[in-house]
Amino acid sequence: MAKTVFDDLETLKRELIRCMKCGNCMAVCPIYNVEKKESSVARGKIALGEAVLEDKINIDDETLVKLIFNCLVCKSCMMACPSGVRFDRIILGLRSAIAKKKGIPFIKKALFGLLKNPELFDKGMKAFATMQGLFFKKEDEKTRTPKGFLKQFGKRFDDDFVLPELTKESFRDKVNEVMDVQNPQANVIFFTGCSVNYFYPEVGQDLLYVLKRNNIKVITPRNQNCCGMPVMVHGDIETARELAKKNLQVFESFNPQYIVTVCGSCGSALKHEYPIILEGDTVYEKKAKKWAEKIYDISTFLLKIIKFEPPKGKVELKVTYHDSCHLKKSMKVFNEPRQLLKMIPGLTLVEMKKPDACCGSGGSYHLTHADTALKITQAKAEDIKQTQADVVCTGCPACMMELFEGIHRWDGKCKVLHTVNLLAESYKKEA
Amino acid sequence: MIDSNFISKCKNIFGAENVLTEKADLITYSYDATPGIPREIPGVVVFPENTKQVQEMIFLARQAKVPIYPRGAGTCLSGGPVPLNKGVVISFQKMNKIIEIDPDNLTATVQPGVIIADLNNAVSKYGLLYPPDPGSMATATVGGSVAENSGGLRGLKYGVTKHYIMGMEIVLPTGEIFRYGGKTVKNVTAYDFTSLFVGSEGTLGIITEIICKLIPTPKYRKSMIAFFDKLEDAGKTVTDIVRAHVIPATLEIMDKVTIQTVENYAKAGLPTDVEALLLIEVDGMGKDSVEWEAENCIEIIKNNNGKFKIAETDQERDSLWAARRAALPALAQVKPATILEDATVPRTKLVDMLVSIQKIAKKYNLLIGTFGHAGDGNLHPTILIDPLDKDEMERLHKAVDEIFDVALSFGGTLSGEHGIGIAKLKYLKDEIGRSGVETMRRIKQALDPDNILNPGKLVPMED
Repeated sequence: MAKTVFDDLETLKRELIRCMKCGNCMAVCPIYNVEKKESSVARGKIALGEAVLEDKINIDDETLVKLIFNCLVCKSCMMACPSGVRFDRIILGLRSAIAKKKGIPFIKKALFGLLKNPELFDKGMKAFATMQGLFFKKEDEKTRTPKGFLKQFGKRFDDDFVLPELTKESFRDKVNEVMDVQNPQANVIFFTGCSVNYFYPEVGQDLLYVLKRNNIKVITPRNQNCCGMPVMVHGDIETARELAKKNLQVFESFNPQYIVTVCGSCGSALKHEYPIILEGDTVYEKKAKKWAEKIYDISTFLLKIIKFEPPKGKVELKVTYHDSCHLKKSMKVFNEPRQLLKMIPGLTLVEMKKPDACCGSGGSYHLTHADTALKITQAKAEDIKQTQADVVCTGCPACMMELFEGIHRWDGKCKVLHTVNLLAESYKKEA
Repeated sequence: MIDSNFISKCKNIFGAENVLTEKADLITYSYDATPGIPREIPGVVVFPENTKQVQEMIFLARQAKVPIYPRGAGTCLSGGPVPLNKGVVISFQKMNKIIEIDPDNLTATVQPGVIIADLNNAVSKYGLLYPPDPGSMATATVGGSVAENSGGLRGLKYGVTKHYIMGMEIVLPTGEIFRYGGKTVKNVTAYDFTSLFVGSEGTLGIITEIICKLIPTPKYRKSMIAFFDKLEDAGKTVTDIVRAHVIPATLEIMDKVTIQTVENYAKAGLPTDVEALLLIEVDGMGKDSVEWEAENCIEIIKNNNGKFKIAETDQERDSLWAARRAALPALAQVKPATILEDATVPRTKLVDMLVSIQKIAKKYNLLIGTFGHAGDGNLHPTILIDPLDKDEMERLHKAVDEIFDVALSFGGTLSGEHGIGIAKLKYLKDEIGRSGVETMRRIKQALDPDNILNPGKLVPMED
């Protein structure tokens, strides 16, 4: 297999020299905006990569490791970079080198190992769902807050922390693997992602509803795996590769026309990250590239791939739209969701100040770097509050969780929904 | 010397959370945006939150004979904030408050760490503008741009940073806190300290507060783009416009290499067979006067055999500007690295300079795309290189030497807006002569007798 940035740090040199150190990334980096330190931003991390390659510092230097992991991988810097520096490869390459040198911490290793075994992972999540009361107390039907003892595990778990109820019956358990329709205009695989499967089954349900209304045959493979993004950003490229290969096998076995996603991060992993991490793999590089062409966020799929039936039911709500980083900056999807929302009768779309500013989630970043993340989330929550919208809508369940918490913390009243929730609501109100 | 005692004193002054000492952190303060200059890792980085702390730092550094390197956002293009002799980096990122906006006196008082774009957002609520607009304004700080006397796209009509500084608070290299100027339009008390400190590149004092001049934002504007088959026609258009007493807010030029690269990269619909394009924007408070200026420009373009497009809507304006904005990103795609120069010549020598750059590119077999502020004679020859190619790097250095030679021979200057810093230090004597260098040394020694403030920049202390 050819050497990639994940296998050999030397190959990073070509990526690193593209950086002119112009500092344009500083204008858009959510972490730099809070911390105001050079190491917060892409340019500083690139300088660290250069220093490692020049033997000025070790890849397992304790501070360096901390700094390299202080990144949301939101890709905002890549949008602002005049020289087209591929910072996603750089940061993941550095993290992969760190993981190789230092090994992956025991807890992460155990968790990532679980991800590779979908049945075990599923059992684990369900077991946790039944036990969630031990850790998180119920605030209402759909909300939980952490119990006191969790505080020792991080600042985030204070009295204001909330998270959605973990479902005891996963989405994929609830639905039939195949949703058939008569004379379908297309057939697709629905790649649910873990957050929809365990936290937001109603997003999955609404997606099926919307696709049914548009006469699409949907396969929701039970044996689909985690997309790999969570392990990838921790530098565990081997696990990510394994998950990618398994998912590609699933796609091959059902061989649908398209694959639809409702999560910016899953979509980004499938469409953009798989071809990168599988570069040089004699069997899977080709497959990854082939399937990348067929992966669409639901909003693009509805508007650009099929003949879309606009919903006619009135939904009289003031809605503001938050751009998920991976949906906008990786998948370049930002027009379509807005277009869809504007098609819903009665709905008014109001833009917040910086709709594409990161929400501060970054997967587990909001737990590991609570101080910085909370400030990023607070700014977002305040921008949302200013719009006085009834609903903040987005295209990524990870953002949904973060926004849900942010709005709760900073006394907003806004509801958090996915674009497909609003579409489904409009269809349902047609009668 | 920076030892543990020195570090603990820094922590006493700034608080431990505002002092960086870990090697990995320090590495990220070893550079700015200047290509091809040495990097050095500082001994410590501190983040002041008030003037008093800056003063205490100076006292401490003088006592310990440790150099101090002030730093804004580190977007400097001449090496200004690079800690050449290790020492202390003072990063002003956290001293970033807008202290006051006074719309009646047309001033804003700011701390040095305020980002230029943030200042403009804040004053735009009053219909006001802080005109200096360096390319890095979304990141660069007011303090850094004052220290470097930054220019920008609006230079021809609105001038550069030094024209908008009415007063400052400065901590001198000896530790005294010094204030001059204020909100008055006229002030001839004492020396003209703005001229001394703006553009002093952090060698004479540390800026801790700035009073900026604001102007009303022009209400009307009109943009156009013009294409020329001959470089000479583009050059003559530039001088004819000024001769007709029209001073555009923006008068930008792009050469053939740049146009072709932009078109290849952005597919902006530019003709690739022309020798040059000009991007022109006129603005003002009166609709009629802006129209009059635009008509004059069009007449001149026609007389010089140019083809043109006028932007009728904001959307069309954006698409014209997209071509200019794509210049650097497009060029940067071609090769792994880009060297951006800013030698500047009198406006009337613009074509001579462009032709000379093309000859130099050919002579050294280098790819050079030139764009820049034609109205200012401020060109940005952008040399595209692969830093891993040793032979190419040697040719690059020779080409750069020659570009400076030519610019000076046309009565131009080494740097229009990027500064001298480390990058152009060795050429300084060629422009201002031995007596000029000697004068700079005397000024430096008078204000900074211990040479602790940004040593090794701007002023060559030894021959």
